[in-house]
Amino acid sequence: MSGRSYYGHPVVKPPVWKPEVPFYLFTGGLAGASAGLAFGASLTGDRELERRAWAVSLVAVAASPVLLIADLGKPGRFYNMLRVFKVTSPMNVGSWLLAAAGGATGLAAGHALLGWFGRSGQAAKPAAAALGMPLTTYTAVLLSNTSIPVWHEARRELPFVFAGGSVASAGAAAALLTPPERAGPARRLTLLGTALEACAVLLMERRLGELGEPYRQGTAGRLTRLAKAVGWSGGLAVGLAGRRRGAVIGGGVAALAGAVLERWSVFRAGFQSAQDPKHTVGPQRRRMEEQGSLAFSPGGIPQT
Amino acid sequence: MTVGFFTDTTICIGCKACEVACKEWNQIPADSHGFSGESYDQTGGLGANSWRHVAFVEQRVPLGPEGGRPLVKDAALRGLAEEHGVPTEDSADGLRWLMSSDVCKHCTEAGCLDVCPTGAIFRTEYGTVVVQEDVCNGCGYCVTSCPFGVLDQREGDGRVWKCTLCYDRLKDDKEPACAQACPTDSIQFGELDELRARARRRVEKLRSDGLPGARLYGADSGDGVGGFGAFFLLLDEPEVYGLPPDPVVTTRKLGSMWRGALLAAGAVAAGIAGAFLGGRG
Repeated sequence: MSGRSYYGHPVVKPPVWKPEVPFYLFTGGLAGASAGLAFGASLTGDRELERRAWAVSLVAVAASPVLLIADLGKPGRFYNMLRVFKVTSPMNVGSWLLAAAGGATGLAAGHALLGWFGRSGQAAKPAAAALGMPLTTYTAVLLSNTSIPVWHEARRELPFVFAGGSVASAGAAAALLTPPERAGPARRLTLLGTALEACAVLLMERRLGELGEPYRQGTAGRLTRLAKAVGWSGGLAVGLAGRRRGAVIGGGVAALAGAVLERWSVFRAGFQSAQDPKHTVGPQRRRMEEQGSLAFSPGGIPQT
Repeated sequence: MTVGFFTDTTICIGCKACEVACKEWNQIPADSHGFSGESYDQTGGLGANSWRHVAFVEQRVPLGPEGGRPLVKDAALRGLAEEHGVPTEDSADGLRWLMSSDVCKHCTEAGCLDVCPTGAIFRTEYGTVVVQEDVCNGCGYCVTSCPFGVLDQREGDGRVWKCTLCYDRLKDDKEPACAQACPTDSIQFGELDELRARARRRVEKLRSDGLPGARLYGADSGDGVGGFGAFFLLLDEPEVYGLPPDPVVTTRKLGSMWRGALLAAGAVAAGIAGAFLGGRG
């Protein structure tokens, strides 16, 4: 990669986002996938699984806006997010999506857990599930639609990384809370999600090549290794646990922790990617050379 | 009418009058203090509290054709310097000092404007890109979307700030504070098409005068951001000045990103269906 820079200063700014953001990536995904799981259980008549999955979805979807608002520089102005509707802003689309999914999940959970809201509660269930699906993946667009190289260049794989993590965490949470004989679908979902996440993460790292350096170094590198070790073994344990309670509890907690760690590794990788100018300049130089649009040969003038 | 800046870095003398004028007019708080050790640059870069930033690049350029002069002229200059005991720039070990006043590029296709979820960032009637401070809620999305690292969140304030191209002064038919303060006219303000034509003439003149490295940066409306509202004449590659060589607004790929997210959302739905159906078989 091209090594020329201005005193090694970053070209793009690292994010100003705080720890609330990676935790939201987790809670948003958990809420969305849990709504889907709950709706599936309502269709198959698994009442015990359904109630628990709605409860998980409700808690996660309620925590999400709290985290997002706390991250704002001016939290008191959070409502400005809904001042416009703008498809070019994934954050704006996500705010509308979260607001709608939150409302629908509230109605659906109220109906499933307390018998409230009558027909509107019943009608909210498919709506909550339908809104929950993009809620698990739009956050990938949120990160990819930035100038942070490690996020932008992972735009094809990142939705599947987050989809897998969301599915795995929803499965694990429901498997933890549901009696083992009713938790079969949740355990299978944990295994499926873990497999999807593992494939997507490996593909992302492979395709990023040199740009994926943050996933191998420093804090993001450590988080990545930890997320894989904890999350993948946890997901596997839940998937193979059958009705053994101890294995489900240990594996479920690990799978949830793995999903949090995976979001953290992506989040931190963005900071490391932005900090190093070679990640920004290198791919642009290569693109210029490939397109032959280089007006001048790369200079060899050394900096003093 | 679309207006902008043409910053001709070849005549920048590094006085930082632009930085000072900008700070004074826009009432921007003080920024960093201390000694960076990076030539005369104590500002570091653009940010919430620095809307103009003068970069200082020190280079050892070999004397000779690569330095832009014929060998004969070099020899003559060196001879003169030795004869009169006068140290000239050329005798000083071939040191080249590049200075450049950086600023928000006011992109034609502005990533910050596209991603702003509140509509706080808007395009003015002058074609410039401005953050409305009474709308911004400090979400910070524009900070990561800018390919140049221009915008940043102000500490203790929480909102995001950047160059407004002196929107308030434009409304009073005055040029921006930095352009007015620039003593060498390195910063030129005007109508964008006229500035581009002037810049093309200038770069041709410089090249024919023996500066083959002279180039325009951001003057082409066919580039990755649709052309800059504030473009530059540089003497070396953009990255040497801390600028990205070929920035592309990420919004251009947003359609495929949304499709990818929907596809992955479909995979989630299929996975959930599979988890229920898997138990039946």
